[in-house]
Amino acid sequence: MAERLSPLARFTPVSADDLRIAEIPFLTQINLRVDPKSRAAADIGLALGAPLPTEPGTCTSAGADVLWMGPDEWLVVGPVGDGLEETIRTAAGTAHVGITDVSAQRTVVAVDGPRSRDLLAHGCALDLHPRVFGPGRCAQTMLARAQVVLAAREDDGFRVFVRSSFAGYLADWLLDAAAEYLPEGTVTSR
Amino acid sequence: MTSRRMTGWQGETVRFRFDGRDYEGVRGDTLASALLANGVRAVAASPALGRPRGIYAAWTEEPNALVQVAAEPMLQATTVELRDGLAAHGLSGRGRLTDETDTARYDAVHAHCDVLVVGAGPAGLAAATVAAETGARVIIADDRPIAGGSLPDTAETVGGVPGAEWAAATLDALDGRPDIRVLRRTSVFGYYDDNYLVAVERRGEHAHSRERVWRIRARRVVLATGAHERPIAFAGNDRPGVMLAGSARAYANRHGVLPGDRAVVFTTNDSAYAAARDLAAAGVEIAAIVDTRDTTGGGTDGVEVLAGHVVTAVGGDDGVSSVAVAPSDGGAGREIEADLLLVSGGWSPLVHLFSQSGGDLRFDDGIGSFVPASARQAVEVAGAARGVFTLAGCLEDGAATGARAAEAAGFRVEGTFEIPRTPDEDPGTPPGHLWLVPAADYSTHFVDLQRDVTVADVMRATGAGLRSVEHVKRYTTAGTAHDQGKLSGVLTSAVVGHALGLPLGDLGTTTFRAPYVPVGFATLAGRHRGALHDPVRTTSLHEWHVAYGAPFENVGQWKRPWYYPRAGEDMETAVLRECGAVRKSVGAMDASTLGKIDVQGPDAAEFLDRIYTNMMSTLKVGAIRYGVMCRPDGMVFDDGTVIRLADDRFLVTTTTGNAAAVLDWMEEWLQTEWPGLRVYCTSVTEHWATVALAGPGSRDVLAGLAPGLAVDAASFPFMTWRDTEVAGLAARVCRISFSGELAYEINVNAWDGLALWEAVMETGVVTPYGTETMHVLRAEKGYPIVGQDTDGTVTPADLGMDWVVSKKKPDFIGKRSFARADTSRPDRKHLVGLLPADPGRLLPEGAHLVETSTLPEPPVPTLGHVTSSYRSAVLDSTFALALVSGGRDRMGEVLYVPLGDEQVPVTVTSHILYDPEGARRDG
Repeated sequence: MAERLSPLARFTPVSADDLRIAEIPFLTQINLRVDPKSRAAADIGLALGAPLPTEPGTCTSAGADVLWMGPDEWLVVGPVGDGLEETIRTAAGTAHVGITDVSAQRTVVAVDGPRSRDLLAHGCALDLHPRVFGPGRCAQTMLARAQVVLAAREDDGFRVFVRSSFAGYLADWLLDAAAEYLPEGTVTSR
Repeated sequence: MTSRRMTGWQGETVRFRFDGRDYEGVRGDTLASALLANGVRAVAASPALGRPRGIYAAWTEEPNALVQVAAEPMLQATTVELRDGLAAHGLSGRGRLTDETDTARYDAVHAHCDVLVVGAGPAGLAAATVAAETGARVIIADDRPIAGGSLPDTAETVGGVPGAEWAAATLDALDGRPDIRVLRRTSVFGYYDDNYLVAVERRGEHAHSRERVWRIRARRVVLATGAHERPIAFAGNDRPGVMLAGSARAYANRHGVLPGDRAVVFTTNDSAYAAARDLAAAGVEIAAIVDTRDTTGGGTDGVEVLAGHVVTAVGGDDGVSSVAVAPSDGGAGREIEADLLLVSGGWSPLVHLFSQSGGDLRFDDGIGSFVPASARQAVEVAGAARGVFTLAGCLEDGAATGARAAEAAGFRVEGTFEIPRTPDEDPGTPPGHLWLVPAADYSTHFVDLQRDVTVADVMRATGAGLRSVEHVKRYTTAGTAHDQGKLSGVLTSAVVGHALGLPLGDLGTTTFRAPYVPVGFATLAGRHRGALHDPVRTTSLHEWHVAYGAPFENVGQWKRPWYYPRAGEDMETAVLRECGAVRKSVGAMDASTLGKIDVQGPDAAEFLDRIYTNMMSTLKVGAIRYGVMCRPDGMVFDDGTVIRLADDRFLVTTTTGNAAAVLDWMEEWLQTEWPGLRVYCTSVTEHWATVALAGPGSRDVLAGLAPGLAVDAASFPFMTWRDTEVAGLAARVCRISFSGELAYEINVNAWDGLALWEAVMETGVVTPYGTETMHVLRAEKGYPIVGQDTDGTVTPADLGMDWVVSKKKPDFIGKRSFARADTSRPDRKHLVGLLPADPGRLLPEGAHLVETSTLPEPPVPTLGHVTSSYRSAVLDSTFALALVSGGRDRMGEVLYVPLGDEQVPVTVTSHILYDPEGARRDG
């Protein structure tokens, strides 16, 4: 029997001093829809370790990572095999919420290192300057010609959430754009 | 060949070829300066008239000297940096695109700043320096290889050192500072809304990308773009050797090149005197200064100044050999021997970007040109670009503008910027304004040198009644060449004004549009070429399809396996085999691309009742229903299945191409029309991998893979679903069919998709089939494909699906349109089947249908068209689906498909051509 396969299973990670690119596969991802003013939202926040972020374009990382996706929508991300869906469902009780397992809907690409912003600036129209898009910021945006959710982490790190069907395209694009920042011969160009 | 390089000019030798001959230049040359240094006067013949043309200017305003360099057509020799091995030839108007693939890389970067300064001349450098001191994020972009704007051309000093040195040091001091970005060789070519500007950086042949597009968002913009010297229209003003005075000065001071031996200067203003002084110092003999003004701008030692004179003719066919001058009031003239004629009609601020930004221009009588007036965006203009023409003035203006821009962006200016010392400047004599030298014959008074447009042409336009400069531009083509009328634009307006007796200020300019400089398509394409041109979407089974040699069908951005040819099979054979396997045995298809939307909430059932034409709220948990959704006009928008997961939870499938559109549609109704409905919709398209298992053998295959599942027809009826394990994987199995056969769709987490597919294939009895077979099988059953058999003008009833439109529901999207007379017209186009009289004849999709066996005179009344057409294994014939006017009343009729000279007979049948009783769906 074949093993489970992540969308970028065949992608060779890039690891250079200034830039690292690797897939973080199989994370647990739950799409959460709930009225932010509701009791259920507060209870879910408690269960997740921090109130759901209500400032647009921000994320919290108390327990799970909770990314603001819209006025009543969050993406909750936890480790592989995490029981997040149950945690949220239990906290929500019988309230009107939308809880959907979307773990395989998107895969996650980690882009790290001092050159990460330079790389992303080739394809992302947002201002990624640390004063504007520092740790704790996230956005739904375009990277090259793929829709992504982009989240900034500490130490010039980013997490790029990309729809599984676009992952191959985006990985090819990232490799092509990264070549400039890598020692000669690190990446075979197209 | 004699070198025209100033003695003692230092520089590393660079070898190049032009028009098949070898030459030498020095590093730092442009192709134009190197050609002039080698005495090359004529670069190319003019496109329309074939007149020899030389180098007229020294930078992007050059109208004449077009060259082809390797694969790059139409470069200006004045902007091509000389490099070893460069090979170029002169172009008469139009370049040649090469057949060879351009292997260079091109890319793009998005950049953001508080202050963008365009231009690194005195004003721009001062502005950027002041803004940078405030802590603002600053980008300064300059299109030249070296900084300084006009400083290297004029050799003026700043702070006691040569201006070029000061500029280089000032720019170097900015470069490398945190949050300051210096872009050299970068032309800002477009200025769009919301202070979005686009620039092209020429990075060179050895850089990682040859050219880079910068997409810049700036909170404030400072335009310090300088000014262009204006030409004057006079007889023979296109001869090689006629050159802008400031450009000749630039060739001498910047490149150490003397563009001629003996020059006549023709000017309306003082700036040409400075040019004459510099050229004289460099070794050019100045024969005379012809000044159109009665009061002249001083003089140059020992040089004759002819006040109140104009140039009336230029001698020499291949280049200037003499210049005829005469008093402008018509007195007797004379001829002066010269090989160079330097022209200055004054200076026009470069208002292109300001105008692109939406700013208004006004005519300034003092400088005789258009200057920025009111801005529409967060932009300011500094220095010569707004008519400040002294060096000290530009430095002061730049510093003040930089401070204003930084403050407006929210930064505090602390301390003062010390304006560097500059030589005293004589206030001089005010410029005169002369656009054209009056004459009886205007046929060699050139207005646009690249388009060969003369004053005579412009007057022909005004004579024909044209009054708008925009119309004259289009009538004459003046200003439409590669240089976008940098020199000819205002001159054309002035000539129109002269002809109509209107002031230039009233006529205005033609519209300034991006790009300010020519930009290659490859540059704009950037990395969006080849494999990265457009995203390719793939499913989790993709690598299996590739390994088994499937060609792919493009469905939107998805790559779907089309068919799986075996050795020696063509498409037709493979598809017939795959169809046969599904009808007689069992096949499997990757159906993962279907859109999937999770719909949750207490009002989910009510919501779906409103979205779909049929009833969804009566669906039992565990059951599945096919549904159609319409637009408010009652026309079919999408179709798919709805499965009920719980009282308050459904999973909706959409067509592959419409997945995003359907989710948008649902959100639009929820957010704008029905905000009271407690429903959340979430896309889960790619969370699932879906394998369709179809054919009479599918039950046995499923039973083998899912031992825990009761698969008999009674336990697992048609249009129900079960959660179970298939091949040891958590799976949701839906008993639905898009082929009419007993069939299942097995859904697993996309990570498990390949494992499931491989387990299905390892049974050894399942034939993989692609989208073409799926299309044939569904068409045999008359199942329409939205977007192929429908086109936004088709109702469910037109498709023979009256039953899918609820008569009971109080409302749903489209309901009111079904009460319109138009939706029940008997002659509406119905979906029908067609069987060609010749069972081997495959009708082309899109072919029209007519009633008669001979084609009537046009206009031919057409009854409809073929929407789908295939060969069928089970029908042993080709067949087609078609939308035919009143089609359901034409069963058995023979219609004709005109194909070339033929009228191909076909018989109208039901659109359900196979198993109309539905006997096969239970296996």
